[in-house]
Amino acid sequence: MTTQLHEVSETQRGRIAYRRRQAIRSVLLAALSTAVIGTVLVVLVTGAPGWDRVKQSFFNPEVAREYLPAILEGLWLNVRLFVVCAICALILGLLIAILRTLRGPVFFPLRALGTIYTYSFRGLPLIIVIYLFAFGIPGLRLQGTPSVTVLGGAALVITYGAYLAEVIRSGIESVHPSQVAAARSLGLSYRQAMRHVVLPQAVRRSAPPLLNDTVAMQKDVGLISLAGPIDAIRAAQIGVASDANFTPYVVAGVLFVLLALPLIGVTDFVTLRAARRQNAGA
Amino acid sequence: MVLSCEDVRKTFGPNVVLDGLTLDVGEHEVVALIGASGSGKSTLLRCVNLLAEIDDGTIRLDGEDITDPRINPDAVRQKIGLVFQSYNLFPHMTVLDNITLAPVRVHKRPVAEAREQAHEWLKRVGLADKAGAYPDRLSGGQQQRVAIVRALVNNPRLLLLDEVTSALDPELVGEVLTMIRDLKGDGMTMVLATHEMGFARQVADRVAFLDKGKVLEQGPPDQVLGEPVEARTRQFLARIIEAGRL
Repeated sequence: MTTQLHEVSETQRGRIAYRRRQAIRSVLLAALSTAVIGTVLVVLVTGAPGWDRVKQSFFNPEVAREYLPAILEGLWLNVRLFVVCAICALILGLLIAILRTLRGPVFFPLRALGTIYTYSFRGLPLIIVIYLFAFGIPGLRLQGTPSVTVLGGAALVITYGAYLAEVIRSGIESVHPSQVAAARSLGLSYRQAMRHVVLPQAVRRSAPPLLNDTVAMQKDVGLISLAGPIDAIRAAQIGVASDANFTPYVVAGVLFVLLALPLIGVTDFVTLRAARRQNAGA
Repeated sequence: MVLSCEDVRKTFGPNVVLDGLTLDVGEHEVVALIGASGSGKSTLLRCVNLLAEIDDGTIRLDGEDITDPRINPDAVRQKIGLVFQSYNLFPHMTVLDNITLAPVRVHKRPVAEAREQAHEWLKRVGLADKAGAYPDRLSGGQQQRVAIVRALVNNPRLLLLDEVTSALDPELVGEVLTMIRDLKGDGMTMVLATHEMGFARQVADRVAFLDKGKVLEQGPPDQVLGEPVEARTRQFLARIIEAGRL
């Protein structure tokens, strides 16, 4: 095919000019509206009668500087804990999801166990699980009881594993039955159909919600501080207690947000790509 | 007989879809199933492939009762190819992987050998350049040809085709029908449910008209489509002619 030089008609030129004017107008309007709302917010907050005291006890640069190293050190524990827990929770979730799709009477107890697990741990507040694990298990005085950090991490894995299992299971169920029929018609066993046809599609489809739960998990790693180990939040808490100033909490909060940004970015990217792929198929 | 169905009954709740259906298919024979929607064509094919369990009667493949609950359905399905109306290719695999999945995983054949065979088939059906493509990049006609190849590489005794052209744009129907005609030339035993009466006439050795879950009338295409004996067959064909499909 050869591309011909196309003379744009008068009408089309008019349309292009109109669209350009509209685009410029939109940008100006957005800028103006942002400026107005921003000013109002700043005036409202800084003009509040208690602003000076709040600034002093929440946004104190000296206090921030003083405790930043300790908080960063604590954050390193959060990061390590998050990576290990996220991987473990994903594996646990996948195992439970597969367990819940197993057929046959032999597997009934396993299926039942899987169901009870996902139902109870999705309902149980994470804080309670952490308390039960970190304080309950050492209370048994068994030989070789792991440290509270490990126990707290286990609480996190078990709680999030239940959510991830359900996300993956919904992915498994979203694969159309005709896919299984096609696989079985080729002579694949149920297990082979699951492994080669259903699971790959299910995991791909559930990637956005899985990542989203992982983002939630990243900040919930901070709850481990309740069990005692000195993570970022614990370090901030120590700062708050010794200086009677809340700035360390704000510092820890900002650090958690910064830490989450890359993963949130990845989640958005994957979600967008999944949506685009779905539209391309239609 | 490659396939013989005897008094097959299949119900879905209160609906009796197959009501004592009897049908035999001989070696190298091509049988076209025609009949209105809901007459049981697709259900019969699914029952033969053991994707649906029958409620009574017997289905035999090469004389062996495949509806015996003690039989291993996976082993039976390995001998019967089924091609679906909506292709049902695996969207996360390339064309090549779609085709080689069963030979490699089920029949445990070496990957290189399975790939070579797949390439040969793709070349034969004019899709040599699509081996690495994903199904969503293919037209409906191309997808359906891949689906047929996917069933054929298992060297089935019997190929079941379930309205394989119904989801296709009219200009893509031809390429799929040509392929089926070639398979008949190879001597493949086939049962095809179809709405393409012209094609049934060309390719089938026998046409069976299904009505209310039974084979109401069967015989050579010219007889069943040209001079049907049963009033209901005439009615059905009259409606088809009205719709401009004969």
